[in-house]
Amino acid sequence: MIRFILRGLLRDRSRSTIPLLVVAVGVSLSVFMHAYVTGIMGDMVRQSAHYSEGHVKVLTRPYAEMAHLNPIDLSILNASELEEVLVRQYPELDWVHRINFSALVDVPDSLGETKEQGPAFVMGLDLLSDKSTEIKRLHLTEALIRGRLPQHAGEVLLSEQFAKKLAIKVGEEFTLIAATVYGNMAYVNFTMSGTIHHGSPAFDRGSILLDLTSARDFLGMEEGSAQILGFFADGFYHDDKALEMKNSFNTLKEGETEDEYEPIMLCLVDNPTMALYLGLGSQMGMWISLVFLLTMSLVLWNAGLLGGLRRYQEFGIRLAIGEEKSHVYRSLLWESLAVGTLGSTVGTAIGLFFAYLLQHYGLNIEAFSENASQSVMMPGIIRARITPVDFYIGFVPGLVSTLIGAGLAGIGVYRRETARLMNEL
Amino acid sequence: MPETIIQVDNLIKQFPVGKGFFTALDNICLRIESGEFAGLIGPSGSGKTTLLNILGSLDSPSSGEALVLNKSIGKLGAKEAADLRKEAIGFIFQTYNLLPVHTVYENVEFPLLLLKRTKKERNLQVEEALEWVGLQSKRNSRPNELSGGESQRVAIARAMVKRPKLVLADEPTANLDAKNSFHVLDTMKELNERLGVTFLFATHDDKVIQYLRRIIELNDGQIARDYTPEKNIQS
Repeated sequence: MIRFILRGLLRDRSRSTIPLLVVAVGVSLSVFMHAYVTGIMGDMVRQSAHYSEGHVKVLTRPYAEMAHLNPIDLSILNASELEEVLVRQYPELDWVHRINFSALVDVPDSLGETKEQGPAFVMGLDLLSDKSTEIKRLHLTEALIRGRLPQHAGEVLLSEQFAKKLAIKVGEEFTLIAATVYGNMAYVNFTMSGTIHHGSPAFDRGSILLDLTSARDFLGMEEGSAQILGFFADGFYHDDKALEMKNSFNTLKEGETEDEYEPIMLCLVDNPTMALYLGLGSQMGMWISLVFLLTMSLVLWNAGLLGGLRRYQEFGIRLAIGEEKSHVYRSLLWESLAVGTLGSTVGTAIGLFFAYLLQHYGLNIEAFSENASQSVMMPGIIRARITPVDFYIGFVPGLVSTLIGAGLAGIGVYRRETARLMNEL
Repeated sequence: MPETIIQVDNLIKQFPVGKGFFTALDNICLRIESGEFAGLIGPSGSGKTTLLNILGSLDSPSSGEALVLNKSIGKLGAKEAADLRKEAIGFIFQTYNLLPVHTVYENVEFPLLLLKRTKKERNLQVEEALEWVGLQSKRNSRPNELSGGESQRVAIARAMVKRPKLVLADEPTANLDAKNSFHVLDTMKELNERLGVTFLFATHDDKVIQYLRRIIELNDGQIARDYTPEKNIQS
């Protein structure tokens, strides 16, 4: 009997090929969409974490409240001491210091007169020490376009786009002008050792990377840091652990002193945009599955109904010959199981194939995201990310919806009187 | 003494129409013995197909009794009715109704699959049935590759392959030309004589009527005449 059903399936394209195509297309779209959204969300979260948020970050409460202004006068003063505490209490994280500030770049001509000027976002981070993990974290070696990474104090990296705009060449000096932590204006010459492409329009527009020590000297911050960022060793954000850490740190600090500049810890989800993306990322699988399941069930139900109508003659003959209604119904379900399994397998394979292409090669969208803000680091090249979920996110709904579709359509066989089926022969 | 295959007493079949009922069969009494080659004849709407459906356990009477092989059709559940059709009744339809995606061999084999016969048994019985209807050479053909006459002969083979006690044939020659009609009727007559299978036709085709050994004439849902023709091809 199984062979009889399979023969029917293989020979009748409207029974096999069309539903198989519908399932395969639906499943492949689900798999691809899930991998795509996981990739893009992951990239945005990762890039934002690496450049500005960290997985957790420690900063003073007033700084946190005005972080969008980069208020360096509200920075942590005894940052090294605090780092020691953090390393001791939370050794599973890599702790790094960051100082972000706004400045003006003045590029002189051969006579020392201003040739070009432009506002810059400057990030002070550890570029020179032996234990630095920042170069690897921000992929600076790979991002280098011209010149080399800074090797000495006073050397900086400019974004390639910014350097071109300022018409400054590798090895040339320029003056950085900014307000110090005491409110004075500081004017210091720096040498551009190289240019980099961040792959993030917000940073590529006009950013400078400066060694942490040089930044401290420039701004008069001594041992200070605007923020201390913590990163999980595996590079991924773990919400439960981060929240646990945040609560333990903040509880510990609470009541220890009444210093309003007492540092607090924030985690990635404290940034509302990041919280939204992380929330979307975690619930997306469920929503994609649900929408797919409903849509495909409806589509396959209709396909099944149409197929069922077309097959009333066959059902009538089979019933007349002595097949039971329940047997006809079960055979419909077996057919749909075979179609669903094959369609879901093919769909998953196709979805994974295209997701792999997008993961490997990426899609450059820099032209569309030139005006992106720095609160969320939108990557210039979007990539899919294949996760274990992708192997079943389309497969299971594909199979279930096929069965539901056939099950609903097959009810028609039950509801129709046998004699009526016969009369329609 | 011949076995009673069909016994119908005071059978009434009504269908709801609007707020009332349409009586398709009105107080039918009938007895058919094993080995008969009988036909229900009458104009369209006289109740031939309705009676055939009830005797084939595809429908049930509104009142009265219809016994087929000693089973009361009105009291059969869906499974028992299906079992009766599967084991003891063969159907032949006006439009052949072969399964279009299956070959001649597979169409004839299908009733045996339902009976869970072994592959060896199936093979023997299908080949035998194809031999009866002279279609061994077409075993791998699909229905759309057959002529009308060939298709109906496949349908006969499918109905006969399980050696049923009763074959119900609803207008089996309506779609056939004269030559093919006679060929098909000759085949059925031969099987009736050779295997002793009871045939009951519903027809108003004169060609079929020529072959019948008993004619039950229906009119407005009632038996108008039940007689043995003086001359027929068999006699």
